[in-house]
Amino acid sequence: MSDIRPPQQPETENGEDGGGTEEEFSLARSNALIPLLIMSAVTVLAIVLVIVRAKPVIPPEGSVANKAFGPADFPLVFAKEEALAAPGEPTGSAPMVFPVPAPPFSEGIFPCMQCHEGIPPNPERRTLEAMHSDIVLHHDEEHRWCLDCHDTNNRDQLHLANGAPVPFTESYKLCGQCHGTQYRDWRSGIHGKRTGYWDGSKRYFLCVHCHNPHSPRFAALQPLPPPVRPQFLRPAAAAVAASGDASGARHEQEEGNGAQAR
Amino acid sequence: MGPLQFITTSARFILRGGKAYWIWVGVLLALIVWGVLGYVEQLQLGLIVTNMRDQVSWAFYIGNFTFLVGVAAAAVVLVIPAYVYHWGPIKEVAILGEILAISAIVMCLLFVVVDMGRPDRGWHLIPFIGHMNFPSSVLAWDVLVLNLYLVLNLLIVTHILYRGMQGRHYNQSFVVPLVLFSIPAAVGIHTVTAFIYAGLPGRPYWNASILAPRFLCSAFCSGPAVMVVLFQILQRTTNIAIKDAAIRKIAELMAYAMFLNLFLLGAELFKEYYSATEHLIHFQYLFAGVHGHHALVPYAWAFVICGITAFLLFLFPATRRNVVTLNLGCLLIYASCYIEKGMGLVMPAFTPDTLGEIYEYTPTIHELRIGAGIFSIGFLVFTMLCKIAIPILTGEFAAARTVTAASKAQPWAAEAASATTH
Amino acid sequence: MVRRPADDTCSDAGGLDAEETPEGVSRRDFLTAIGLAAAGVLAGCSPEAREAFFRKHFRELSSSEVETRIANLRSDYVKRFGEDVTISATPARPGVVFGYALDLSRCIGCRRCVYACVKENNQSRDPQIQWIRVLEMEKEKGIDFETANPYYNPERVPDPDHFYVPVACQQCRTPQCTQVCPVGATWQEPDGIVVIDYDWCIGCRYCMAACPYGARHFNWGEPTLPQAEFNPNLHVLGNRPRPRGVVEKCTFCIQRTRAGRYPACVEICPVGARKFGNLIDPESEVSRILREKRVFVLKSELKTEPKFYYFYGV
Repeated sequence: MSDIRPPQQPETENGEDGGGTEEEFSLARSNALIPLLIMSAVTVLAIVLVIVRAKPVIPPEGSVANKAFGPADFPLVFAKEEALAAPGEPTGSAPMVFPVPAPPFSEGIFPCMQCHEGIPPNPERRTLEAMHSDIVLHHDEEHRWCLDCHDTNNRDQLHLANGAPVPFTESYKLCGQCHGTQYRDWRSGIHGKRTGYWDGSKRYFLCVHCHNPHSPRFAALQPLPPPVRPQFLRPAAAAVAASGDASGARHEQEEGNGAQAR
Repeated sequence: MGPLQFITTSARFILRGGKAYWIWVGVLLALIVWGVLGYVEQLQLGLIVTNMRDQVSWAFYIGNFTFLVGVAAAAVVLVIPAYVYHWGPIKEVAILGEILAISAIVMCLLFVVVDMGRPDRGWHLIPFIGHMNFPSSVLAWDVLVLNLYLVLNLLIVTHILYRGMQGRHYNQSFVVPLVLFSIPAAVGIHTVTAFIYAGLPGRPYWNASILAPRFLCSAFCSGPAVMVVLFQILQRTTNIAIKDAAIRKIAELMAYAMFLNLFLLGAELFKEYYSATEHLIHFQYLFAGVHGHHALVPYAWAFVICGITAFLLFLFPATRRNVVTLNLGCLLIYASCYIEKGMGLVMPAFTPDTLGEIYEYTPTIHELRIGAGIFSIGFLVFTMLCKIAIPILTGEFAAARTVTAASKAQPWAAEAASATTH
Repeated sequence: MVRRPADDTCSDAGGLDAEETPEGVSRRDFLTAIGLAAAGVLAGCSPEAREAFFRKHFRELSSSEVETRIANLRSDYVKRFGEDVTISATPARPGVVFGYALDLSRCIGCRRCVYACVKENNQSRDPQIQWIRVLEMEKEKGIDFETANPYYNPERVPDPDHFYVPVACQQCRTPQCTQVCPVGATWQEPDGIVVIDYDWCIGCRYCMAACPYGARHFNWGEPTLPQAEFNPNLHVLGNRPRPRGVVEKCTFCIQRTRAGRYPACVEICPVGARKFGNLIDPESEVSRILREKRVFVLKSELKTEPKFYYFYGV
């Protein structure tokens, strides 16, 4: 910073470019700056206009793209609160017996012996026609049929391959014969739906609570809706203001709640 | 004279000006009001009025912040020739570079404030009063370093102008160490800002060691470009004697910086395109578009072409000297660096995001308003500080004050008159 | 509840610059004037606003201050939602580090976990925030984020050519987010959960830029939560309704897990793909899975060392 006296003695420059013989290009003598500034202002303005001109794309009515779903839209999935797990680990007196909820019988079907008491058992493999015709076996049906699992003489229980009886409440032992890996995992708690306490009682479900024993492969189901895409994240009021299309966005919001809960 | 007189005299300087000055100030004030109203709306509704979302959580504001930190750091391009090499033509105008640095840092801090979700909790950042996660968080470092740099430049400028208004020379043993310290400080602010990005392994576009050098090089291109244009404007509109040699030297230094800028860009492009790992996708999005998304492609090519053209214009002394090509080159490099540091740095890192999603971001009118307001505040600060500094620099003020003192027989005139004889 | 900061928050008076002793106005007068102005501003604010402004970082609160805070929150929520709430501040239990394991061979992409999480953790419904993101990936490509799609919506899942990877906070052992927060508003608790003090966060979103898993979410607008959908069992660091302008993320259902229960996502999963437990306990499900199944983590090259493992159960 030079002294603040008026510059009567200009400081000497380093010897470069020949000093004062250089042509002076001071702007006072040129008018290029103004056109350049105007050009840049116009360019900036043009860019800004291009950016703000872009209109938001409103997806068609009813599309999931910009509807913000929440769990309240799916009461059937979330309504029921699971009761806490029944207490207890398997007790020493009865190893490998896990407390489980009641087997998911069809209404009125159990106890089976109330019908089968008077019916002579027919161990011949056949397609059932008189009763239970609604059950179609999709479970190794090439090699197995009903009485490979259901006990021939006492329909209120199942049986293992060696004939040992297994109550319905312990049907996992039967499944575990063939599906040993899953059975081992289920016993440790790493297979199957998990609820309860991680440091206390856990609820164990029977295999059949999730897997239909006659057709165990899960059916595909409809997924819950995808998240709102980020470009449509504005809450309804702001979206209305931004799009300027009051009827469209609001109508979508209103009908969304009723129509989407499937 | 005391501080109060300093303030009142400065106020008089600011309020004295011709028609062009008042039109300029009027435009700035209008933009500031427009911007402030936009910010008020943002405070009311939340940041949702911007187009930032979880996928692109930093965008326009932080892009501008990063660019302006570079402009602030570029004061060092003036300081080094002035105070290390004692080169006269630049030494006379070094203070203008420091004033630019102050304005730029003010803009940076404002951009950070408008980007925060909870500006009312800003005090949490103050060390010892709040809780600053130092030294772990690079953002904490940046808060410290930026404010340090601002205080540094404010001290230097205020001291020089205050002494100048008193008619005294500035205290060399006070100013020179501070100025010399501002050289590593300037490098420091931009390095720390680069480290904010470079330290994130989750964003591979940023997680490169070349980021800090690239930042510095583009800073040393864009900041001086502003200065070159501003010096020409000041030459035309004020009495200040800015030597053309100063402008020429700055342009020459810019040429070196531009070469390094292009070289480092080339190095990055080679590494990404040649290795062609999955991280290439960010560059592909920038330069070619990905999966049908190509909003940034024209801007990317614009910044490359502008940068190369500007470099060529500055490479040859003839075009560097010619006033049209000089200013064209300044414009081009400024635009190139602005795009590169703004849209070209922040957005491709978030596109695609960490889980592969592509959300194409464009600023909303709120962001543009607030940005325009903040730039106007910066320009206004610069204008006002120059309004105070230039009469002192040109000696106008000293001369006028001696006359006034004699005619009005102010009590402090005797002290001041004796001061001018030092 | 839109509050304009300009109206009812208080800001300290600006700093003072050290100048030479002025001859006109004495320094003492200047300081007095500033002090009076600041006092006037502070006195004019409401006590809630004052308390909110000067509130300390959660980790620096004494237990009685935590109690006071909880009491204030409780009255706040009772007013907003019209029902009584339980807010706990249960600390971490010693000898517990939570881990999570997700079976990719079982996940069918039904998204029930996503919405159960929303319900349990009082997330904003509009603008929508979801802490869990399920990515549909192509079987041919394996884990490849570039071709992942979170917006899948077929008639039925699982789609035969795709598999599904739900992603939420990985609760990393060396989290990037806690490292970069400039005010220390997010930290890792001793039981491994990375938590956020919603009253301390300044909303700078550096943690969101740092997270490699996109696990952190921001309240861009004023969060809305209908009264009917409010879950009143809260934890002060977990699922209490968040204010605008702060970051939030999965907390392993801290309100449930510190009380010994499973997170909501674990319980709702219809196919049992999600497992949770204490990594220190060798007999927990998660420890068994680590031993018996082959697990991996996402983006392991970043060395974040997540406690959220993925494995293929079949």
